[in-house]
Amino acid sequence: MDKSVLTGVHFWDGDYACAEGAIAAGCRFFAGYPITPSTEIAERIAQRFPFVGGTFIQMEDELASMAAILGAAWAGTKAMTVTSGPGFSLMQENIGLGVMTETPCVVVDVQRGGPSTGLPTLTGQQDMMQARWGSHGDYEIIALSPSSPQECFDLTITAFDLSERYRVPVLLMMDECVGHMTEKVVVPEKEKIRPLPRRWYRGPKEKYRPFQPDADGVPPMVRAGKDFRIHITGLTHDERGYPVINAECQNLCVTRLVKKIRDNADKITICEEHSLEDAEVVVVAYGISARVAFKAIADAREKGVRVGMLRLITVWPFPEMRVSELAQRVKAMVMPEINLGQVYLELERVVAGRCRTFLVPHCGGWVHDPKDIFEAIMASVR
Amino acid sequence: MITEQETHPLDDLLRVDRIPHIWCPTCGLGIVLNSFLTAVRESGIPREDIVVVSGIGCTGRAAGYVNLDSFHTTHGRALPFATGLKLGNPRLKVVVISGDGDLVAIGGNHLIHTARRNMDMTVVCVNNFNYAMTGGQFGPTTPKGARLTTAPYGSYEHPFNIPFLVDSCGATYVARWTVLHIRQLTESIKEALVHPGFSFIEVISPCPTVYGRRNQLGSGLDIVKYYRDNSIVRNDIDTRECEIEYQGKIIVGRFVQKRKPTYLETMNEYLRQSVGEGFVPYQGPMDDGD
Repeated sequence: MDKSVLTGVHFWDGDYACAEGAIAAGCRFFAGYPITPSTEIAERIAQRFPFVGGTFIQMEDELASMAAILGAAWAGTKAMTVTSGPGFSLMQENIGLGVMTETPCVVVDVQRGGPSTGLPTLTGQQDMMQARWGSHGDYEIIALSPSSPQECFDLTITAFDLSERYRVPVLLMMDECVGHMTEKVVVPEKEKIRPLPRRWYRGPKEKYRPFQPDADGVPPMVRAGKDFRIHITGLTHDERGYPVINAECQNLCVTRLVKKIRDNADKITICEEHSLEDAEVVVVAYGISARVAFKAIADAREKGVRVGMLRLITVWPFPEMRVSELAQRVKAMVMPEINLGQVYLELERVVAGRCRTFLVPHCGGWVHDPKDIFEAIMASVR
Repeated sequence: MITEQETHPLDDLLRVDRIPHIWCPTCGLGIVLNSFLTAVRESGIPREDIVVVSGIGCTGRAAGYVNLDSFHTTHGRALPFATGLKLGNPRLKVVVISGDGDLVAIGGNHLIHTARRNMDMTVVCVNNFNYAMTGGQFGPTTPKGARLTTAPYGSYEHPFNIPFLVDSCGATYVARWTVLHIRQLTESIKEALVHPGFSFIEVISPCPTVYGRRNQLGSGLDIVKYYRDNSIVRNDIDTRECEIEYQGKIIVGRFVQKRKPTYLETMNEYLRQSVGEGFVPYQGPMDDGD
């Protein structure tokens, strides 16, 4: 019996839902190193993979885990690893290799409070800039932020689809609260989940160039073992994949890696909007912070303030166009984050002084008191 | 007049469009590559099944010269990348060719764990006793007393005896040769390629440009002459006995060859028994439409 999609209504936490989402998306290779609060994803995968034909390996550390999923992806599987803040830091170099070699894979970071060992069992959203810029060099990345166990399931599938579509590691930036929150998760019928297949190259073997992009800037892929004799390197390379160490090739190679995401940003970005039609104030939030903010928004509406929400589902690329449009017509934007201002910097940059912006910071350990967000909303219209 | 194009018998296994390579004159890496490709050809393994993975450094560049599927990864992480490749497609014969610094220093943790798991792959570790590409710093295999840029008065650290290290961790095939032992090395790589489990071959190789120059050991030829005069073949010895001292004797040979279930054999067998009827083994890579 096929157990890859557990169709039905479940009572799962975000971590379990994420594991099930990965299996439903067709992930059949997992390498990871245990770290709180992401461990339950690995545990669930270890328990479930033998029934769905997947290979689970617990590696010796996060560097190995990230390297292993890149190898598995080139062998032709869908591959994933999961971690939390300190482990995410250790993965950064190989996330860069994934970007440079255009390797589809999914990295889940269930965020805890930091820096360093910080708050292992308590929530944070403090890896958001690490997600954006954690590896060295210029690159663009895709990062999604679920707000509920249901979204942990759904967005894990989306993450795999985006990674296959754009050949880039996709980051699922959960937070401890969402990972450990238990709620209803509805898993659709298997036929309704249609994970995106890999973009295989179909032309003649002798014409294949591993990094020659299609019209949309993304090259089709082959896997190892098919006699294409690919050479894949983290060095700056030409379309054949051969290292070329000069400024000209760097410009071609790195610019394309960045452009394939930037040029498609409108297709990639996902937002959810609430009560924005008449809004004079917009709360911009993601992950667990968005859920806390709904209470503040309801309270402020009761006081007569026209406030709505823009919920970021993709945080990277940042939904620049939509934020820009809103900045022209609202008085203020209020951003609660469980950090002392990370994505807020991006918000300020895009708003560019066209409306007022307010950060509601929280440095981790727990979610915001909705009152703090409420007060920021009230202050923004004074 | 028609002139005949010069070719080499191994050209079909080389990316000839990438030659000349970047290795220094009289470096041992060309010999290692020659031995490896000869072994590949003689092994009879279909060429598309062999995948080469390298880390960083002079030896790390080997992946770029073989006309096989090849991956040049991050520093120290060739083994976990190779592990993912192997598990992602168990049909592949995965070979890691990398240096002592890459595999034993920054990648040391992966080395011991890949050996412990008896992951089915072949590792060719080219040991030139230093970090050559970055200018000649000492490393975990540098013999005591050897001078290098970060050991200007000579290294005083205890070096690794690599065969003993991997043997003690569970490697099921362990050999060491110098680049002078071309036939034995080629034979060893051939044996390793068909050996089920973690096979490890250390190759002692001259680095005349850096290690040799800093220690006034003469040219590459002088270093190879030293190998001739100082190598002792001792097959099947206890790997504890093959430590290398500065300009001392070099014990070479095939030290370990034994059969033990590989990671995949163990995993599949164990899960088949403990999970029972519901167990679905991994079905291999995604269908790519042919």
